[in-house]
Amino acid sequence: MRIKKRLGKLQEGDMTPMIDMVFQLIAFFMVLVNFSKAEQAEEIKLPSSELAKPAEDPIVSPITLQVTKDGTVLLGGERVDLAGLRRKLQLEVAVLKSQDKRASDATIIIRADGSTKTGIVQEVIALCQEEGIGFEKFALRAEWQKPIKREPDP
Amino acid sequence: MRVRNTERYKSEGIQLQMTPMIDIVFQLLVFFIMTFNIVTQEGDFNIKMPRAADKGPPVPDPPQIIKVSLRCNSNGSLKTIQFGDRPLGNFELLRASIIAFVGDDPGEAALKATEVEFDCDYNLRYEYVIEAITAVSGYPDEQGNIVTLVEKLKFTPVTPPGG
Repeated sequence: MRIKKRLGKLQEGDMTPMIDMVFQLIAFFMVLVNFSKAEQAEEIKLPSSELAKPAEDPIVSPITLQVTKDGTVLLGGERVDLAGLRRKLQLEVAVLKSQDKRASDATIIIRADGSTKTGIVQEVIALCQEEGIGFEKFALRAEWQKPIKREPDP
Repeated sequence: MRVRNTERYKSEGIQLQMTPMIDIVFQLLVFFIMTFNIVTQEGDFNIKMPRAADKGPPVPDPPQIIKVSLRCNSNGSLKTIQFGDRPLGNFELLRASIIAFVGDDPGEAALKATEVEFDCDYNLRYEYVIEAITAVSGYPDEQGNIVTLVEKLKFTPVTPPGG
């Protein structure tokens, strides 16, 4: 009689701890997921620096220029050479003017590949500073690298 | 008989079906795992470079301008680092030279008064420029805070290869 009664009630494996873990995982990913698409082209490998900590304050009026290894520039997803870049920057300045902002208040964020020639980056900066375009603030972007522990000097 | 029947139902109560909820929870989990992407943190080095011909009142030049030259080989790799006219072997020495010049952990006044000007070859790989800016701008101390050595940075006008 006893055996029969025990067999009558089959206890299924208790799912509660697993569901708790699943809720924990969901909460973890919900906190971490970042839906804002920061402008990042996959082909550009930024140089790394231990001082490149992300800024606390968001940049006012940012314009991101991605400079590739071979010297082309991507602005807003469109690949241009230096002449095309001049035209696009003039458009950006016009947009800023229509918002009552000046080019000198905007920041140009330069994401250049580590293997790019420095001269090309300098030419891009010089283009942005040109008469008629007039950007003044630049931010050179680098990947943050954890500081390597240095041995103390003997 | 009827009374007994309802009594049995009362003692069992209404069982909430958990299975659909768990299914939805798994769906959500898969969604968040798919949309999760690990991005490395990116930080900026800020340079203010207004054009030389400015309409406003001329900003006084900082009294101390340190010239750092970076020369490269034909393939873009670093050949020499020069602090003024003194050649240095590596970026550690460059940082040490800067510390010797401005002092360790200089105050606000010193930061305003010093500017480093970078003179880089056209073909030099950009990563060396970032390394140079890192060496010159400061260093992280033991607690992980950043000690700023130089705030003002600028570049000499670029000369394309071949004139």
